[in-house]
Amino acid sequence: MTSFTLNGAPVEVDLPADTPLLWILRDELRMTGTKYGCGVAQCGACTVLFNGQAFRSCQLPLSVLQDADVLTIEGLSGGRGISPVQQAWIDHQVAQCGYCQSGQIMQATWLLQQNPDPSDEDIDRAMSGNLCRCGTYPRIRDAIRSAAQYMRDARDG
Amino acid sequence: MGKARTIARRTFIAGSAAIAGGVIFGTYVARKPHTNPLLADLDEGEATFNPWIRISGERVTLIAPHADVGQGTASMQAALIAEEMDLAWGEFEVEFGQPDAAYYNTATADEVVPFVSHDNSFAARTVRGLAGSVVKIAGVMVTGGSSSVPDSFNKLRLAGAVARETLKLAAARQAGLAAGDLETRAGAVVFPDGAVVPYTELAVAASEVEPVADVALRDPSEWRLLGKDMLRLDTRGKSTGQQQFGIDLHIDGMQHAAVRTNPRQGGSLLSFDADAAMLMPGVDKVLAISNGFAVIANNTWNAFRAVNAVSAEWGEAPYPANMPDHWAAVSAAFTDEHLDKEWRHDGDVPQALAAGEPVLAEYRAPYVAHQPLEPLNAIVRVNPGSVEVWSGHQMPRFLQEAVAEVAGIEADDVIFYNQFTGGSFGHRLELAYVVQATEIALQKPGTAIKLTYTREEDFAHDYPRQIGMARGAGTVANGKVTSYDLQVANVSAITSQMGRLGQPVPGPDGQIAAGAWNLPYTIPNFRMRAYRVPELAPTSSWRSVGASTQGFFADCFLDELIHAAGADPLEERLRLIERRESRQVLEAVAEMSGWGSDPGTGRGRGVAFVDSFGVPTAEVVEVSQTPRGITIDKVFVAADVGTVVDPVNFDNQVKGAVIWGLGHAMNCEITYADGKAQQSNYHAHPAMRMHQCPEIEVRGLELATKIRGIGEPPVPPAAPALANAIFAATGQRLREMPFNKFVKFA
Repeated sequence: MTSFTLNGAPVEVDLPADTPLLWILRDELRMTGTKYGCGVAQCGACTVLFNGQAFRSCQLPLSVLQDADVLTIEGLSGGRGISPVQQAWIDHQVAQCGYCQSGQIMQATWLLQQNPDPSDEDIDRAMSGNLCRCGTYPRIRDAIRSAAQYMRDARDG
Repeated sequence: MGKARTIARRTFIAGSAAIAGGVIFGTYVARKPHTNPLLADLDEGEATFNPWIRISGERVTLIAPHADVGQGTASMQAALIAEEMDLAWGEFEVEFGQPDAAYYNTATADEVVPFVSHDNSFAARTVRGLAGSVVKIAGVMVTGGSSSVPDSFNKLRLAGAVARETLKLAAARQAGLAAGDLETRAGAVVFPDGAVVPYTELAVAASEVEPVADVALRDPSEWRLLGKDMLRLDTRGKSTGQQQFGIDLHIDGMQHAAVRTNPRQGGSLLSFDADAAMLMPGVDKVLAISNGFAVIANNTWNAFRAVNAVSAEWGEAPYPANMPDHWAAVSAAFTDEHLDKEWRHDGDVPQALAAGEPVLAEYRAPYVAHQPLEPLNAIVRVNPGSVEVWSGHQMPRFLQEAVAEVAGIEADDVIFYNQFTGGSFGHRLELAYVVQATEIALQKPGTAIKLTYTREEDFAHDYPRQIGMARGAGTVANGKVTSYDLQVANVSAITSQMGRLGQPVPGPDGQIAAGAWNLPYTIPNFRMRAYRVPELAPTSSWRSVGASTQGFFADCFLDELIHAAGADPLEERLRLIERRESRQVLEAVAEMSGWGSDPGTGRGRGVAFVDSFGVPTAEVVEVSQTPRGITIDKVFVAADVGTVVDPVNFDNQVKGAVIWGLGHAMNCEITYADGKAQQSNYHAHPAMRMHQCPEIEVRGLELATKIRGIGEPPVPPAAPALANAIFAATGQRLREMPFNKFVKFA
């Protein structure tokens, strides 16, 4: 039995130790906002925050999850409507098919936690591991800039 | 606007207890041969006006039969109905509906006839009409060919208008007023005294009035929704992780499956050894399916792991095992024997070429994968006498037939619940994954089986874009292009794809010529010939289909000739075009990009123009040479679609299509060794990532009288505009994709 914190709540999971967090979330806990895209950390669709770091959940076996703190797209707002990053994603209508966007939003959330005012180069560097087959990159860039502004406004206001 | 005559049909409702209290006005499309599928499941107190609208006491439900593969068709279809029906945006539910012949697609027929899309001659209209009749009678329900908007534009607005007028009439009769005294607003009928009665309260009353037979569509100047920025209905769900895709569905008692079929596509399974897999955690069963095997397990991960633990011996590929033989087959197809059609011959090309010193060039386009980010998946449950399927697919009627054939039942007994998909780009036109899920489910009757492809299985069976080559020859004189000869040899993706559906495709394949033969250029000597390469690896429609390769061949070769003539690439293209709308898209990108100004040292601008799916589209790409490699700085796009339904989604689709076109031209190919695709995951087929993504500026023109779709047309000009820009910046002419084999990108 492995115990960890998921979106602020304790969970216990009893599965083989090599089961990736991705499939624990999707099949065991039926939280499907985190997506399977490639299984080998090439697409970023399964990105979650693992102990505060953006991580590909397909690469996190259950064996490293004991006492960990995991945040997924479902817990991003902490139950308070939606987060500034999500609001920016809506305002810019980023999504086309939307399948990669949970991972993009989690990656962008982590970026803005590290760097509240990222340059274009910072954005490119942080986001280039997250593949979008529909080509929403220009809107992702715009949404990240807006989200940074929303977060500054909230802090300053 | 045009007034659509409709024919009243009350016959459906006569005396049927099953629909007591409901109302049906089958007045939606003139000469409509199909009945309304919504009648079958209508509950008491519900009304349906046509196959797209159902009203109950609680809600208004709109049916959006075109599959939403990320391009926003669900919202678009709803907006067309809501505009005329005066529904408040989002104050309704949207369903994909059940497959039915009533949802035939008439717009795709435009692309199968041998006339340029803008040709409105009598002959062109007649042949298009005949093709449309065939589509209507066959009940083809397909999402593809950028046809959702053209197919829906009049049909769904008309559906909304019929519903609005009929609801008004019902309300008027109740109140002893004339329908003309009433208005509609935000999902309700508004009376002269200001009283507001929601449509949901009028569903039953509407059954007591004669249906409205004639409705006029509103003038665009009156539109509340269309033509204005919309918030797509799926935006919030897709920004919060709440949007459910097929892969996210859970059915009670469901088991999980993974498959492995012969990576030499179409080859057989000789033997397999599942002993090790059977001992693995959660594994229930390992079983043979067509050309491969499947694992049934208690979750996806266990199924994936076990399928990798099965060893197998595979038969040979039914196509050349290695890449050089594929190219040799393409190269050998430029013969009379393989001539599919000479699509155009203006002037006398052989004489013109013989008289001058022709510029010669050979171009190549590789196989490229679709690989949408949601891996293929389907849930199938076999019940006594019926089969249920939950998946995302662009051709539901074909899906029903394929499943029925495997299950040994009638197609109408296949119940299909279409799902939002995480992209498609043509991938969800294939049926192997659904057939495989059915084969597995047949061995577990009563249990829902969810098949999920591993990414590696998906790459191995992508059915990529057609491989092809082109040979160009042309002459120039006095600063002008004087002759242009383009010979294209491609495998026929359409024949390959439709063949897997059991559908023969008679006659020449227009997609071998699309994007090349219909160039709007008036060149004294102009010839375009299409050669059909005998089938090699199986291929299928890839976003923009034939034009994705021919656009590159045709435009880049023209660019070579223009440079040989010493003319300006944009000015010479403009000089050669007579059609006003096509000139205007070129003029638009010239203005947007500041064409003619100095791009700066180490920088270059390229222009390309391709007309596909009836949409003339021009793009200008700006590149820089940097110490890290070539960067794409900026792209300017202009396209004429007649009417832009939603400017926000239009902009998003155009940018996505440009990125699709650029990213694959730069970085991607599928190659075969030992009969197997050598690219197994995104590391080997990355397309575009954010660090390579340029700024893109988009302009939608509204010139043509016929509305067009935008999902595909911006793809074909992207590759040639980039190649032409790299030539302008570096002097290096790129004649083969992917370009990263020849130049380094930053």
